[in-house]
Amino acid sequence: MSKISEAFSNKKAFVGFLTAGDPSLEKTEEFILKMQEAGASVIEIGVPFSDPIAETPVVQEANVRALSAEGGCTTDMIFDMLARVKDKVSVPVVLMTYLNPVFKYGYEAFMKKCDETGVAGIIIPDMPYDERDEILPMADKYGVDIISLVAPASKSRIRMIAGEAKGYIYVLPSLDAADGRKDVVTDISDIVAQIRKVTDTPVVLEIGVDYPEAEYETIADGFVVENAIVNLIAKHGNDAAQPIYDYVKKTVESL
Amino acid sequence: MAKGRYGIHGGQYIPESLMDEVLKLEEAYEFYKKDEDFNRELNALLAEYAGRPSLLYYAEKMTKDLGGAKIYFKREDLNHTGSHKINNVLGQALLAKKMGKTRIIAETGAGQHGVATATAAALLGLECEIFMGEEDTIRQALNVYRMELLGAKVNAVKTGTRTLKDAVNECMREWTMRMDDTLYVLGSVMGPHPFPMIVRDFQSVISREARAQILEKEGKLPDVVMACVGGGSNAMGMFYEFIKDESVKLIGCEAAGLGADTDKTAATVTTGSIGVFHGMKSYFCQDEYGQIAPVYSISAGLDYPGVGPEHANLHDIGRAQYVPVTDDEAVEAFEYIARTEGIIAAIESSHAVAHLMKIAPKMEKDQIIICCLSGRGDKDVAAIARYRGVDLHE
Repeated sequence: MSKISEAFSNKKAFVGFLTAGDPSLEKTEEFILKMQEAGASVIEIGVPFSDPIAETPVVQEANVRALSAEGGCTTDMIFDMLARVKDKVSVPVVLMTYLNPVFKYGYEAFMKKCDETGVAGIIIPDMPYDERDEILPMADKYGVDIISLVAPASKSRIRMIAGEAKGYIYVLPSLDAADGRKDVVTDISDIVAQIRKVTDTPVVLEIGVDYPEAEYETIADGFVVENAIVNLIAKHGNDAAQPIYDYVKKTVESL
Repeated sequence: MAKGRYGIHGGQYIPESLMDEVLKLEEAYEFYKKDEDFNRELNALLAEYAGRPSLLYYAEKMTKDLGGAKIYFKREDLNHTGSHKINNVLGQALLAKKMGKTRIIAETGAGQHGVATATAAALLGLECEIFMGEEDTIRQALNVYRMELLGAKVNAVKTGTRTLKDAVNECMREWTMRMDDTLYVLGSVMGPHPFPMIVRDFQSVISREARAQILEKEGKLPDVVMACVGGGSNAMGMFYEFIKDESVKLIGCEAAGLGADTDKTAATVTTGSIGVFHGMKSYFCQDEYGQIAPVYSISAGLDYPGVGPEHANLHDIGRAQYVPVTDDEAVEAFEYIARTEGIIAAIESSHAVAHLMKIAPKMEKDQIIICCLSGRGDKDVAAIARYRGVDLHE
C-alpha cells in the first residue's frame, strides 16, 4: 500500500487543494501546515501554469496571481519550499501540474525531486491514460503515484483507467458542474460502481459541486475541494491561514 | 504510445474529459474520409461554393523586377471568405453534420478562420460560436462584425495574453463543457490527434491542385514551395503533395515580430523548444520552466506560440526549412506585392512574400517558386495604415 492509499484507511479522507505561490510561497508553506493541523488527509498543491486549460475560473485566477507574484513561482522554488516543510508534513503531498512543466524539467529530474521533497503523487490533467507510458517508468522508479482521473465522459474507458490506478482515483465532475452550473446530470454513483469492480484504489469525489451530497458521502473514500480553499486565499490573501484552518476543520468534522 | 505521431511530435495530450469525444471524432473521420457521399458533397461545396480550384497565377512583373526565379502564387486569397481556411472548415462542418452535431465552435486569431467557420455554419444550418482573444477583437474589429453578420456569436476571450492561444484554451474548455451537440472545428494543423491529420487532409487540396497546375503550365516541378506558418495549416496544405518530391525545397516563413532575437517574436521553430501543449508535442515558445511565452507579431493569424506537429517533424528530419520574417519585412512585402502585382495580400501571407523577395533574385531564371497567398489583405489595411502612421478616418 502506498503512502497515499494509507491516508484513506479507516476514514473518509479530506483532500485539500491550493495553488503554490498564491499569494506567495512562504504563505503556501504556512497554509499547508494549517491544513494538516486542521485534519486534511492529503494535500494537493497546484503548480501554477501559464495556460491551465482544465481549470475552473477560480483556479485559473490563482495561477495568474502565483505567476505574477513578486519573485515569481518557478518549479524549483516550489521544490525548495517542499524541501523546507518536508519534515513537518506527515500527510501525503500530491502535486497537480500540467505536463509541459514536467516535460521541460525532465521527467527523471522532476520525479527525482518529488522523491527528495516528499511528494507522493502527481496529477497531470492534460496527460490522459493513453499518453502516460512516456512518464510512467520514471514515476515508478522514484515511487511517485500517478493519480488517475476519471471523467463523466470516460464511459467505456473507466475500467481501463481504474484497473491500473495507484494512490487514489479522482472522479472529475464535468467542468460545467465545477463552475456551479446546475443543469448537469452525471451519474457519479454508476462511475464509482464501475471503478469498484476492478480496483480497491480509493475513490475521491469533488465537493462544492452540485452532486446529491447524501448519496456520495456513502460511495466515496475521500473528498477534494477544488475552489473553496483557493477562494479563501483570494479573499483573505496573506491572512488566509485561520479561515483555511476553520474551513478544513469544519469540513473534516462533517465527513 | 498513442496514435497520431509525426516522429516524436503529435499525440493526444488532452484532459480525460475530452478523450472519448476525440476518439469518436477520429472514428467518424476515418469512416467519412472514405465515404463516397461525403466526398461528393465536399467536392461540390469546394467547387460550387468556395470557388475551387484556386488559380496558380504567374507573377510576371515580380519575376522581372526581382530578376531571378519564375514566381507563381497559389491564390487561396481568391477563395470564398478570402483565405485557405474555408477548405478545412467546409470539410469539418460537413463532418460535424454527418456526426449529428448541431453546433460548431472555433478559435480565431486574425478572424479568417472564424469568418470561414461562421460562413460554413450559416450555409449548413449549424449554430456557431467563435472564441477570439480580446486583443484580436480590437485588431480585427471588422471581422468580428462580419462573423456576427453571418449569425455567429463571438466571445471575446479575456484570459492570459488575450490572443490566439487563449482563444484555443477557451475553446477547449467550452468543448469539454458541451460535447454532445458540439464539434470543435480547429483552424490549424495543431491540437490533439486527429486534428493535425484532419486539417492537413482538408488543406492538402492546395498542393494537389498546385502540383497538377505547375506540371501543366511548366511541364516540371517547382524548385521551391513556400508559405507562411503560424499553426501551419496553409503551409501544410501547400507542402503536403510535394513532400515526396525530394527535389522540391519546402520553406515555411514564421512571424519574427520585432526580430527572432527579441522577446517580441512568434518564431516558434527558430526560437522555441520542444514541449507539450494544446494537445500536442511540438515546438513552443516557452521559458526554462515550461511556461508558455507571450508571443508577438503584427499578424494576429501568426501570433501563436506553437507550430503543428507535422511541421515540427519536417523540421527535425530536415525536409522543410523554417525561416523568421519580421514585421518590417512583412509590411514592406505587403506594400510591394500591392504595387507590383495589384494584389492586396494578407499580412500573414506577406511574411512568405517577404522571404520570397530575398531568395528569388539569387535563383536562376529557369527555376520556379510557388508561394501560397493564403489570404487577402483587406482586413489588414487599417492596421498597415496605423503601422505607417497614416490616420484613417473610417
